[in-house]
Amino acid sequence: MPTVGLFIPCYVDQLFPQVGLATVDLLEQAGYGVEYPADQTCCGQPMANTGCTEQARPLAERFLAIFSGYDYVVAPSGSCVAMVRCHYDEYLAGQPGFEELKKKTFELCEFLVDVADTSRVDHRFPYRVGLHQSCHGLRELRLASSSELVAPAFGKAQRLLQMVDGLELVTLARPDECCGFGGTFAVAEEAVSCMMGNDRIHDHLTAGAEVLTANDMSCLMHMAGLIRRQGKPLRVMHIAEILAGHSK
Amino acid sequence: MNHAPLAAAFVADAPRAKWHDETLWFVRAKRDKAAQSVPEWEELRECAAQIKAHTVSRLADYLEQFEREATRRGAVVHWARNAAEHNEIVLKLLSDRGVKRLVKSKSMLTEECHLNPFLERHGIEVVDTDLGERIVQLAGESPSHIVLPAIHKKKEDVGQIFHEHLGTTAGATDPNYLTEAARQHLREKFVQAEAGLTGVNFAIAETGGFVVCTNEGNADLGVSLPTLHIASMGIEKLVPRAQDLGVFLRLLARSATGQPITTYSSHFHGPRPGGELHIVLVDNGRSDILASDEFRRSLNCIRCGACMNTCPVYRRSGGHSYQTSVPGPIGSILAPSRNPKMFYSLPQACSLCGSCSDVCPVKIDLHHQLLTWRRELAHQGLLSRSKRLGMQAMSFVFRRPALYRLAGRVARWLTPLLPRFMIYNGLNAWGKQRELPDFPAKSFGEQYAERRRHESQRNS
Repeated sequence: MPTVGLFIPCYVDQLFPQVGLATVDLLEQAGYGVEYPADQTCCGQPMANTGCTEQARPLAERFLAIFSGYDYVVAPSGSCVAMVRCHYDEYLAGQPGFEELKKKTFELCEFLVDVADTSRVDHRFPYRVGLHQSCHGLRELRLASSSELVAPAFGKAQRLLQMVDGLELVTLARPDECCGFGGTFAVAEEAVSCMMGNDRIHDHLTAGAEVLTANDMSCLMHMAGLIRRQGKPLRVMHIAEILAGHSK
Repeated sequence: MNHAPLAAAFVADAPRAKWHDETLWFVRAKRDKAAQSVPEWEELRECAAQIKAHTVSRLADYLEQFEREATRRGAVVHWARNAAEHNEIVLKLLSDRGVKRLVKSKSMLTEECHLNPFLERHGIEVVDTDLGERIVQLAGESPSHIVLPAIHKKKEDVGQIFHEHLGTTAGATDPNYLTEAARQHLREKFVQAEAGLTGVNFAIAETGGFVVCTNEGNADLGVSLPTLHIASMGIEKLVPRAQDLGVFLRLLARSATGQPITTYSSHFHGPRPGGELHIVLVDNGRSDILASDEFRRSLNCIRCGACMNTCPVYRRSGGHSYQTSVPGPIGSILAPSRNPKMFYSLPQACSLCGSCSDVCPVKIDLHHQLLTWRRELAHQGLLSRSKRLGMQAMSFVFRRPALYRLAGRVARWLTPLLPRFMIYNGLNAWGKQRELPDFPAKSFGEQYAERRRHESQRNS
């Protein structure tokens, strides 16, 4: 049985453990052995995206050391996987095991569709769901087609959600607009960030969504923060929770 | 100055910010429709990127070829190392001929060089003839967008400006009435002008000619009546062959406004009979960008403005918040190369969503270059102290798993105990409009370890 090294982003570990648990269930249901290397912390994306590359470098090196032994590395986060696959070259190019690490590191939905070849989901989720396309998953990992490009439409998360009995995906006016989280951007450009988040939420509500979901908990944390402050009628769930049949 | 407070001020006028966002999104949606109508769109983008990469790889040769061919056709070519030299050249051309009235057709390069105030200081009247440019000129402002310079103005604003400057009826907002007033006013300026200045959209090395694209025909009118035509162009505007235009003209208007092609794509090859044509080739920092492996690709830019229309930050913060003649994603790459200290905040005014890179008709990897700028600015010591120290502290903790787990436990235990005012106050920008998530009692790591313990107990 191939073993997946579970890559749980630091903020998911600390703040959203239910997303990690749903991920474990999904991977085990798909027939994979799952191991969570307890010494992992953060992939280094916040530092790298702020420009502090020398603060990110040791974290990239730790990541390689911790995860290079597994058959696959899977994370419930497009953004953190994009860090490994698209931005670790700066730190790890030429190091033994790095090229393999890039090839075997997957975002959860991508892994379920492309590697595990998932063809059915056994849970029922009778709600109208709005899928927020997280930017890094979309435009770095290409987990779905982006609206700017002239190419056939596809989407890995959509494909999985469509397998869920009773789930109805709503149609958004702006299918892949950014929610405005953007890491330190959410704090440094608070005004624009919150306006972006509110616009995103408004699009989902207008489309009739009861549940807002995404591949990335960071986008959802930002939007959930706005939703709760304003008391808007929209539940926020990571896609792993819906697919694993958690918290109906 | 920092982008964030100016952006916050723009956002504070919520209805206007919403209107600005929706207006530009409308243009972006029009662009999508136009792009989708061209099945070979992605091949065109690739082709354009390769032509530009090739041109830039031997720019000096092509510039010399352009100069030879343009000269052969009777134009006079001038070289300007920077904005000051460009302005001096233009001033000398005008004052040698006693020109006191100049009409200009939209040229972002002259904005970059601050030509208008310079010429006005020397007693020359400069009139921008593009409608949007004229509106912002009368308002005493700079353009807030490179293709739609007055996009931040509502028709009520335009009515007010025209009432003050052109004597239109107070409170008039009818676009037809206002446009007609502008047309009459500009016609007078065209007739009086003694010289016309245009920008250049594409210059052709092979022929020594150039193309100016407008929707209003103002460039043609501005250079057809007077005998002196000055064309100001950045040295990156070059394409090698006339046949390359087919690629770029198809991409430009579709990306900019969703039109199949601009209303006027006027070709200029040499001066008109009895007239003079002067072409000023301007470097102004472009050679430095050319020398940089990281940022060279930004010279591919054909100034269509698509990255601005798609940028969720630009749409909500307005062009003026960038404080540079070219705002938005591409401006945030170009401006720091001229002055990193002044424009340090622009690469941070970006959520790294990557939409600009996918929309760019010449495939500039804009969001990656913005990320590279962040690294470069941090390297130059231009990162704020709080960010730098914050990242150092985070990295220190993340390198020590036991410390990370302890810090997490303490934070998850402590935060829910704190009174609200200690979490939601002026120091916490997150909490101004957003709640923090509920802090769980146990981390994933702890719950996972418990789960595995139970499983092994069950199995033993």
